[in-house]
Amino acid sequence: MNKRKVTFTVNGERHELVVEPNELLLNVLREKLGLTGTKYACGKGQCGACTVLVNGESFLSCLTLAVAVDGAEIRTIEGVAEPDGTLDPIQEAFLDSSAIQCGFCTPGMVLMGRELLNRNPRATEEEIREQIKGNLCRCTGYFSIVRAIKSCCEK
Amino acid sequence: MIEAEYVAPSNLGELFKSIEGRAERVKFVAGCTNVLPDLRAQNPAPMLLVDLTGIEELRRIEENNGVISIGSLATMTELAASEIIRTHGPILASAARALGNPLTRNRATIGGNIADASPAADTAPPLLALEATIHTEGASHAKREIPVEEFFIGPNQTVLNQGELITRITFPIPKDPSASSHIKFGLRNAMAISVVSVAVVLEMQGNLCHRARIALGSVAPKPIRAYLTEKELEGRKITEEVLESCAEVVKKEISPITDIRASAQYREHVTGVLLKRALWQAAREGENSTNGNI
Repeated sequence: MNKRKVTFTVNGERHELVVEPNELLLNVLREKLGLTGTKYACGKGQCGACTVLVNGESFLSCLTLAVAVDGAEIRTIEGVAEPDGTLDPIQEAFLDSSAIQCGFCTPGMVLMGRELLNRNPRATEEEIREQIKGNLCRCTGYFSIVRAIKSCCEK
Repeated sequence: MIEAEYVAPSNLGELFKSIEGRAERVKFVAGCTNVLPDLRAQNPAPMLLVDLTGIEELRRIEENNGVISIGSLATMTELAASEIIRTHGPILASAARALGNPLTRNRATIGGNIADASPAADTAPPLLALEATIHTEGASHAKREIPVEEFFIGPNQTVLNQGELITRITFPIPKDPSASSHIKFGLRNAMAISVVSVAVVLEMQGNLCHRARIALGSVAPKPIRAYLTEKELEGRKITEEVLESCAEVVKKEISPITDIRASAQYREHVTGVLLKRALWQAAREGENSTNGNI
């Protein structure tokens, strides 16, 4: 297989890596960069646990080849808070609304919420539910997750 | 484990150069939402992955002299948001919105959805009802224009040759785009593969249906046009009685199977119900619009 050099930014930090053509972005983030906040679950795009933002748009990192994001700007759950550790308002809202149980879906839920708010700060409850359609929570904490995102929306 | 070489050409010239002599190993990829899960489930022979996402010329959605042209790389998110598609092919925008979930819609492309050729492919019924044409390009730049009803030949089977690529999809703007309707019926609202889906495009004069294009998904080995039902409807006024007879005729044209999502019998029943609903909706919109009342 022809290894390739790729360059991309993850949470503001530039990385130059050599990857195999069949390597998934998910595995590169978790294993090469140690960013284990992004989760592997279904591997088919059905659960959203592997969600990351690529150039501001939500992507399934388990269905994205690392070679295909050459030059991109990537944000993972580790890059949502400020570098000094100050939480993003949406992370505060998840804590305030008790929108976390086992935590496995949380990185994806927070990033989907962030993406929606960046695009539409006045999102309605219906739009929030539409946005997280592809993110499964098996603790069934959807009510508090929707409440958390809603509390960040401008009235 | 997928053994692969990878190339990411930035235009079609580069693409055909890079696959010269190796067309039999080529796997075209874009959004990867179908390809990667499928490949992982198999144990495929070493392949040449050709990433299309850098080819800007395959991304455009445009209108030219009454014809809509959609680059094969247009994503579901882009189709659903496109003013051109929402105005001139609203049933295609509706199908794009109904596919998968926001994450898959950001990546899944119309070319991929058609090339994958699932009997449940979400964009297929609208494209059939809009009488779309699939434009392809193969080795040594051989171009073909294939009517979409000839494109699918069975479950996950198309007339595409190895190394031949969908470049764009075109359809003529319907006389009255509002006299159309699309319904996808799945078992849940998110991430559902359709149990039955229906797309219709009508030409109405008042309550009289001049011309009907009816297409169905998930009720045959491939997405199909319902020609007999179209004939049943054309030249008649839309009444409950006519819709009832259409719902009977359509059952003769479909060959649904029983699978984990639904039984054949259930699909047959639901097809009739959805067809009536879609025709009613399209006819009413057509009647209300000025275009239909010339």
